Amino acid sequence: MKKKKFSDLKESVIKAFFFTNGILTVMILFGIFALLLFTAIPAFREIDLKEFFTSHQWNPTSPVKEHYGILSMVAGTFMVSLGAMIIAIPIGIGTASYLSDVAHWKVREIVKPIVEILAGIPSVVIGFLGIVLFGPILAKIFGTSNGLNAINGSLLLAIMALPTIVSISEDSLSAVPKTYSDASLALGANRWQTLVRVKLPASLSGIIAAVMLGMGRAIGETMTVLMATGNAPAFPRGFLSSIRTMTATIAIELGEVPYYSTHYYALFAVGLVLFLITFILNLLSDVILNKYQEREQ
Amino acid sequence: MRKKIFEFIGFFSLRVCLYIVLAFLFIFLYDIGSKGGGAISWEFISQAPRRGMTEGGIFPAIMGTFFVTMVTALLAVPMGMFSAIYLNEYAKQTRITRIIRLSIRNLSGVPSIVYGLFGVILFVNVLKFGTSILSAGLTLGLLTLPWTITASEEALKTVPNSYREGALALGATKWQSIRTNVLPNALPGMLTGTVLGLARAAGETAPIMFTGAAFFLPFLPRSFSDQFMALPYHLYVMATQHHAISQVRPLAYGTALILILFVLGMNMSVVILRYRLRKKRRA
Repeated sequence: MKKKKFSDLKESVIKAFFFTNGILTVMILFGIFALLLFTAIPAFREIDLKEFFTSHQWNPTSPVKEHYGILSMVAGTFMVSLGAMIIAIPIGIGTASYLSDVAHWKVREIVKPIVEILAGIPSVVIGFLGIVLFGPILAKIFGTSNGLNAINGSLLLAIMALPTIVSISEDSLSAVPKTYSDASLALGANRWQTLVRVKLPASLSGIIAAVMLGMGRAIGETMTVLMATGNAPAFPRGFLSSIRTMTATIAIELGEVPYYSTHYYALFAVGLVLFLITFILNLLSDVILNKYQEREQ
Repeated sequence: MRKKIFEFIGFFSLRVCLYIVLAFLFIFLYDIGSKGGGAISWEFISQAPRRGMTEGGIFPAIMGTFFVTMVTALLAVPMGMFSAIYLNEYAKQTRITRIIRLSIRNLSGVPSIVYGLFGVILFVNVLKFGTSILSAGLTLGLLTLPWTITASEEALKTVPNSYREGALALGATKWQSIRTNVLPNALPGMLTGTVLGLARAAGETAPIMFTGAAFFLPFLPRSFSDQFMALPYHLYVMATQHHAISQVRPLAYGTALILILFVLGMNMSVVILRYRLRKKRRA
């Protein structure tokens, strides 16, 4: 009897240990948010909240008057990420449709891991290729002095987002019940019409979730945009202009700024804004994916 | 007839999409492979950089990446496994479980530079580890955690329920059934999955930039509280920060090739290992 009690105790201690590890992930996520928040708040002792969000001048080292406005870099971030999505969405969905509907299953088994390789290339290598490979080509095509601009960044981010978009879209296309396409084919539609009018609309929620995940990754990506977009700290004037994103600003300035200065706190405020944007995007895509899975069951 | 033509053009353009994706990959690998291949020699991987990093090799960067990945593994592998065991073996469908899963998915979407900021406050400043291998490795460990959890859980899911039920039916406790029947079968899959996560972590730059990676150190770190050179950061430096960028371009290409070979090599070995394990279990 006594032995039984001891082993019960042991079991619950073991369970508690594993539970602690699980709950730690929640604490890490909350800890990231809390630490960013507490380090960002002191910035607003000197910076006007309104200026921070609405001014497009970011000039923390000016000897006359420092400016802390994040509008330019937020615009830069969204421009380069939207550009990436414009390139990646059609190609990604096209590839996913090809793999799920047209390709032989043997081709699919070979191609899917190959596309995954693209996701394994470190972002710093992609950024390097933006400088040495895409930069000169883009400069020649558009007649600019160098190819380090928003288009270069968008192109690279699109390539990085492709594996995510392809794999999640392919999953949701494959999850469309076979009865849907059978019914469509029986009514005399050919395979193309079935794909475009039945299967793609039926898997739309999964595809939207994939796009939002890809968008979140693009907004949070640092090295690629830092290396390939030129980093001019001004409001973007077009896709051919050099831009500086939120991530690049943190990466460039954090190394030079004295600890616990207003500038230091301001960079954490930028990080907090970045965290919140990607958090909301991830949460939304999660909600969409969950809804879609519930409907499947 | 028009319907047929539409279908043909449609499917053809889908095929073109796939070719575009594959072309990007091929061009990337070809460019790095052809231009980086020339830079690689025994000297390149066994010597420290010389003459303001315009000559010599990348040995300290290779070792630095190796050391920091070890710290990453020490944090991310056990924690990832334990969390996965909780989620797959113990957790019931409760609100807390849902919140844990939501946190894991969200953690994997947190930008890497934000992990870097977190590491600067927590490890470098609050815990006073300074800019060091320890700080950088722990920062990378947190970043890797969601991947190792997911990979470990996938491996646990492949163990059939009958294994658990068989042990329980013989009077084993829950932990005994996990320890003797579930873990031995899941462990190889868990390890291979986590190695993939570590390979990705080894290629990250943004989280280590401010937590310990050094521009140039001609010697190897002596302890875990020293700064270190790392392959990805070294590539960033050689590509954008060096004073003679065009002169060191071949060295940058060589570094990029080593980095890609390292990451893809880990990937390939995992694929092969998985294949062998599957064959062994069948036999």
